[in-house]
Amino acid sequence: MTEEKWPLWEVFVRSKAGLDHKHCGSVHASDAEMALEFARDVYTRRSEGISIWVVPSNMITASKPEDKESLFEPADDKIYRHPTFYDIPKAAGKM
Amino acid sequence: MNNLLKKDALAQYAAQIGDNGLIIGHRMSEWCFRCPAIEMEMALMNCALDLIGQARALYSYAGTADGQGKTEDDYAYLRDEPDFRNALLTEAPNGDWGDTIVRLFFMSAYNKLFFTALAESTDSQLAAIGAKSLKEVTYHLRFSSEWMIRLGDGTEESHRRVQKSVDQLWPYTGELFTMTEAEETLLKDGVSVDVRLLKPEWDQIVNDILAQATLSRPQNDWAQSGSKAKGIHSEEFGYIITDMQFLQRRYPGCEW
Repeated sequence: MTEEKWPLWEVFVRSKAGLDHKHCGSVHASDAEMALEFARDVYTRRSEGISIWVVPSNMITASKPEDKESLFEPADDKIYRHPTFYDIPKAAGKM
Repeated sequence: MNNLLKKDALAQYAAQIGDNGLIIGHRMSEWCFRCPAIEMEMALMNCALDLIGQARALYSYAGTADGQGKTEDDYAYLRDEPDFRNALLTEAPNGDWGDTIVRLFFMSAYNKLFFTALAESTDSQLAAIGAKSLKEVTYHLRFSSEWMIRLGDGTEESHRRVQKSVDQLWPYTGELFTMTEAEETLLKDGVSVDVRLLKPEWDQIVNDILAQATLSRPQNDWAQSGSKAKGIHSEEFGYIITDMQFLQRRYPGCEW
C-alpha cells in the first residue's frame, strides 16, 4: 500500500574513488533523503560503495526497445569507426 | 558509595553499556517482517545489528574484566531481569513506527555524545569500542532525525501521532544522565564518562530536531528511573528476555 504511493528512485553507486557511478537498482522512497538512506541500507551494506546518487526514475528519458534497429544497427557495418586500423607508435605505450 | 572494587566496577560498566545496545537492538529486531516497506526494514535491521554488535564487544570485555570466564552469551542469555542495567528508554515497547523512531532518536542523540566521550576513555579497550560505535550511532542519529522531521512536519496525522510518542517517551530520557555506582567509581581514573555533562548538548540536538519537525518539547522534566541503578524494570521487560532467552533456557548450551 505504502509502496504504491512512494515514487521510484534509481540508485547509482561508485565503488572506488576514480571509478564511475554505476546503476545498481532502485528503491521506493517518499523523498530524496529517504531514497539516499534506503539506497545506503539496501545497496552498500556489504561495503560496495563510497558514494551514492539517487535520481527520480521518472526523470530518466529512455530509448524505446522498438527503436533498437534504427538507432543502433546502422553502426554495425561501419567497422572503420573503430580505431583498429591504426598502428600505435611505440612511444604512446599501451592504450 | 565507591566501595566497589575497580575490577568489578569495570565489568559492570562494560555490561551496563552493552545492555543498552542489546535491549534496544532486540526491540528493533522485533520489527523484522513487520515493517511497512522492505527498505525501511533493512534500514532498521542494519541499525539493530550495529547495536547488538556493540553489545557483543562490550559483553566480551565485561567477561574479561570480571575474570570468571563469562562469555557474551552468559551476559545476554543467562542473566535474570535485575541483572540487566539498560536505561528504561531502551526497553520501551515498539508501539507504532513513530514510537520506534522517537525512541531511536532520543537514544542515538545520547549515544553519539556518549561514544564520543567514551572514545577518550583512559581504558584503551573501551576507547576502541567507543570509536567504532561512534560511526554507527552517528548514522542512527541521522536516520532517526530525518524520520523525526518527516513525521513531525508531515501530515496532520503523522504530526499528531509522533508528538504523542515524544510526550510518552520523554519521562524515560532523564535516566540516561544519572550516574551509577560503577560509573562514579571509574570516573576518578578517567575510565567512565560523566554522563551528567552530556545533558546540555543532548538538549541542543533534541531541541534543534524538534523545532525542524515542528514538534514541541515537553515542559515537565520529571524522570522515571530504577533500571540503570537498581535493575528495576518496566513490566514489559520480562517479556523481552522471555523471548530472547527462550532457546538457551530450554536447551542449555545449545549451539548452531
